[in-house]
Amino acid sequence: MDFFREHILSFTLFYPLVGVVLVLLPKKDEHVRWLANIWSFAGFLLSLPLVFWFDKNADGMQFQERVNWIPSIGATYHLGIDGISFLLIMLTTLLGFISILCSWSAITTRVKEYYAFFLLLQVGMLGVFMSLDFFLFYVFWEVMLVPMYFIIGIWGGPRKLYAAIKFFLYTLVGSVLMLLSILTLYYAYHTQFGQYTFDIIDLLRVNLPRHTQIWIFLGFFVGFAIKVPMFPFHTWLPDAHVEAPTAGSVILAGVLLKMGTYGFMRFALPLAPLGASDDRIVKLMVTLSLIGIVYGALVSLMQKDWKKLVAYSSVSHLGFCTLGIFAMNPNGLAGSLVQQINHGISTGALFLIVGIVYERRHTREISEYGGLSSIMPIYATLFMIVTMSSIGVPALNGFIGEFTILQGAFEANHLWAGIAVSGVVLGAAYMLWLYQRTMFGPLSNPKNQSLKDLNVRELAVLLPLIAWAFWIGLYPKPYFDILEKPVAKIVERVHPGYYAKAAAAEHATMEPQHPAQVASPPDASAEDHTAHAAAEAGAAK
Amino acid sequence: MNGGFSEFFNRNDYFLITPAVLLALFGCGILLIDFLHDTRQKFMNALTALVGLSFVAYQLIRIQNQMDAVQMPELAGLNNSLLVDHFAIFFMLVCVAATFISVLISVRYMEIEHENHGEYYALMLFSLLGMYFMITGMDLVTLFIGLETMALSGYVLAGFLRGDKRSNEGAMKYFLLGAFSSGLLAFGFSLLYGISGSTNLQTIAQALGQRSSGDPLASLALLTTVTGLLFKVAAVPFHQWAPDAYEGAPTSITGFLSTGPKAAAFAFLMRILLVGLAPMRDSGWKPMLIAVAIVTMTVGNLAAVTQNNTKRLFAYSSISHVGYILLGLVAGNETGLKGIAVYILVYAFMNLGAFTVLVALRHGNVIGDEIEDLSGLFFRNPGAAVMMLIFLLSLAGIPPMAGFLGKYFIFLSLIETGHTGLAAFAVLYVAVSLYYYMRMTVMMFMREPVEREPLTLSPGIRIALGLTLAGTVIIGLYPEPIIQLATSAILR
Repeated sequence: MDFFREHILSFTLFYPLVGVVLVLLPKKDEHVRWLANIWSFAGFLLSLPLVFWFDKNADGMQFQERVNWIPSIGATYHLGIDGISFLLIMLTTLLGFISILCSWSAITTRVKEYYAFFLLLQVGMLGVFMSLDFFLFYVFWEVMLVPMYFIIGIWGGPRKLYAAIKFFLYTLVGSVLMLLSILTLYYAYHTQFGQYTFDIIDLLRVNLPRHTQIWIFLGFFVGFAIKVPMFPFHTWLPDAHVEAPTAGSVILAGVLLKMGTYGFMRFALPLAPLGASDDRIVKLMVTLSLIGIVYGALVSLMQKDWKKLVAYSSVSHLGFCTLGIFAMNPNGLAGSLVQQINHGISTGALFLIVGIVYERRHTREISEYGGLSSIMPIYATLFMIVTMSSIGVPALNGFIGEFTILQGAFEANHLWAGIAVSGVVLGAAYMLWLYQRTMFGPLSNPKNQSLKDLNVRELAVLLPLIAWAFWIGLYPKPYFDILEKPVAKIVERVHPGYYAKAAAAEHATMEPQHPAQVASPPDASAEDHTAHAAAEAGAAK
Repeated sequence: MNGGFSEFFNRNDYFLITPAVLLALFGCGILLIDFLHDTRQKFMNALTALVGLSFVAYQLIRIQNQMDAVQMPELAGLNNSLLVDHFAIFFMLVCVAATFISVLISVRYMEIEHENHGEYYALMLFSLLGMYFMITGMDLVTLFIGLETMALSGYVLAGFLRGDKRSNEGAMKYFLLGAFSSGLLAFGFSLLYGISGSTNLQTIAQALGQRSSGDPLASLALLTTVTGLLFKVAAVPFHQWAPDAYEGAPTSITGFLSTGPKAAAFAFLMRILLVGLAPMRDSGWKPMLIAVAIVTMTVGNLAAVTQNNTKRLFAYSSISHVGYILLGLVAGNETGLKGIAVYILVYAFMNLGAFTVLVALRHGNVIGDEIEDLSGLFFRNPGAAVMMLIFLLSLAGIPPMAGFLGKYFIFLSLIETGHTGLAAFAVLYVAVSLYYYMRMTVMMFMREPVEREPLTLSPGIRIALGLTLAGTVIIGLYPEPIIQLATSAILR
């Protein structure tokens, strides 16, 4: 058990890889399906002990594993998680299982390869969130593109080839530029400390002038902004989402996009703090986020295609996430991460909901539907809950995330929050209008009159997500507790002395603290983060 | 050793040319025993060639061990016209490996073409013999003779399909432009000799170092020599021969030409630029190489996008790879040179792997060089399709395949030497290259096959696929030994 506990990350990471080989063995499609579902469900269970073992009070990375990999270039197999990656990993293992479960009847051709690619994708995604070594990270980051390319390209819609290659090329352009930033940091470390290393915790010690850091940040920015995607790099997203099979969309929206925001929080901000906190950069990032919020929402309003609407709503929601990141205060960052989880839950669920009717009717035109609530009451109810979650109605998860982000944005600049609020309003408009057009009104289309309501499997796919939405909505405290330390680290990194100043200001005005406030000054605040990271790296060795 | 020769040659000289002697013996041997075999036994020629190559590889390793035993970083022989060091051994081993795999994939292919003559394998060995002197030569004459031995065998091999018009045309172009570029190179060499009064590269370097930087004679010598060298590695704008020669040659020879002779040509180029022309680096050949690398990557990658013939596509892709490799010389530091060594080694495996799959497509009337011939390969032979995918991803530089490693070192060396703009330019072409490699992937995985029957692989192809796949994947996942090997090859 101790062995398992020490290596739980490796187990979780490579468990799906074993599945890749196993699903290729059975001869019958039916057996492949059962095997893949059971295997991925067990994969989710395998990651569950993390929930109990994860120590929210621990400083720094947990469950670290470190083995030399390529000593001559300083690449290591270094895994470890903190609160940020912990939440994203749990999201990945859950959505990984759900997306495999939801493909049961949707995928009828080339079943083996489908599940093999999905499990391989799972390895790539988990690896990205677990890696603490840039070389390792980059390997997983690229590896994951290949299965996704095939999932869209083989099982996608009519324009699948175009969408698949567009997805691949866009992401690759970003990631090769990111590679240059990584190499610049790597080389800078070598000149300053006389040793090659890709270890992220070591690289935090690099000292570079603002000018260089801005360039490094921009390299990261292109890589991550394409992945998020931030306006104007979002054009691959609608194509990929519309053409991808349902499960592909769920994973794409639920997990892949989070890699971009995760990248900003884990790498771009801490490793190029002077670049990230440069006034021009912040203005640019926030402007792009705000444009993304409003533009994504406006375009969603105009969509005739159900899935495309959800896809564009992602652009808007991810705009909130990046806005929170670049507010660069505890509320913004913590809110952003909670919102990333929320988006995984609610947009993942929305894609599942589109997929359920698409499987029955094979069309996504909104005008083809209407009045479905009368014949699919359970479906309509669940869709209502998911809609509420997506537009941020209190008691559901979306509210918590958006509210905290807006709070963070407001602390940074009132105008940002003002513009972002319009995104919430527009979000409510397009979602409710979608709901009205599809669920209410007369059931006029004869093709819809014999639609069946959800079956047990479809319920099983949706209910966990809805339960999670309520959990975050009603009792978000554990999430903010988990995020407090890692977020404080990032904030200290980009705004040294932030907590000391905040505490002083609070003391001066004696304002009562807001309940949702996560900016309580943690004990690590005064500590010099650089020294801290160095000590941690030493301990890891 | 009291004979008449001993005043000219010592034991060391004999020892250092044993690989070349072995190649010559086995080459001539194949020509002789070819007459003994009837048509069904022609595979024995290939087998003999493989045995010869194994001996050569063994002998190279012996030379390396001998060097380590006497703790000399290099062994010079034949009046300093030959210099064997770790660098030479490394590149020669790459060439031997490339030839070995090319022989493996040739057997079935040449049978189908009804051209399975002994000369074919003999010429490959003679070509390798030329490469040995290109790689180890320290003297302009030795280098030039090595180059011509390699190239002449190459011209014949490219035109080996005598009944095929394209093969004749390609070989003719290859020959004419090859002869022209050899002429240029010889002209440059003669000027270098005129400047220094010696054919030894180190003496030339000394003589050039004493000249002022704007010296017209030195500049002319540099210009002609470098142009000749760039012809040999098929860098733009001296690349026109490559697509036609690659398209016309037997597919197995295309694979061979794009790896073995290319590796030798790069060793040759590095020897001349880094030893002989070293004093003219910063104001002389470095700016030239920057310009050539940029246009090479541009033309190679953009032209490859529009090709529908896979051999032409690979010709342009190989041109674009030359662009990346030249960037390592532009950076010119330890990382850059290490990058070139790793790149060339890895390229030999992944490119030959891809060509092995193309060769496997040849059957009946299907030549297998149109991109459509790949369609539905996954349904006809899933293993071959997946391996091809791995080779293509590696060529595009997607980790964890080995191809990434070469690019990694090249990009890092550019950053280390402050060529960030050039690095940004080079990485963006990675995305372009991915596009044309993925076109083949689309054919293999997302198109219905034109013909239904499964594709069977001959034993030679299977072994070749195994070797190239192992090279591509294992070096990708655990590159430490290869990096150390490359480092020792570069550090003298």
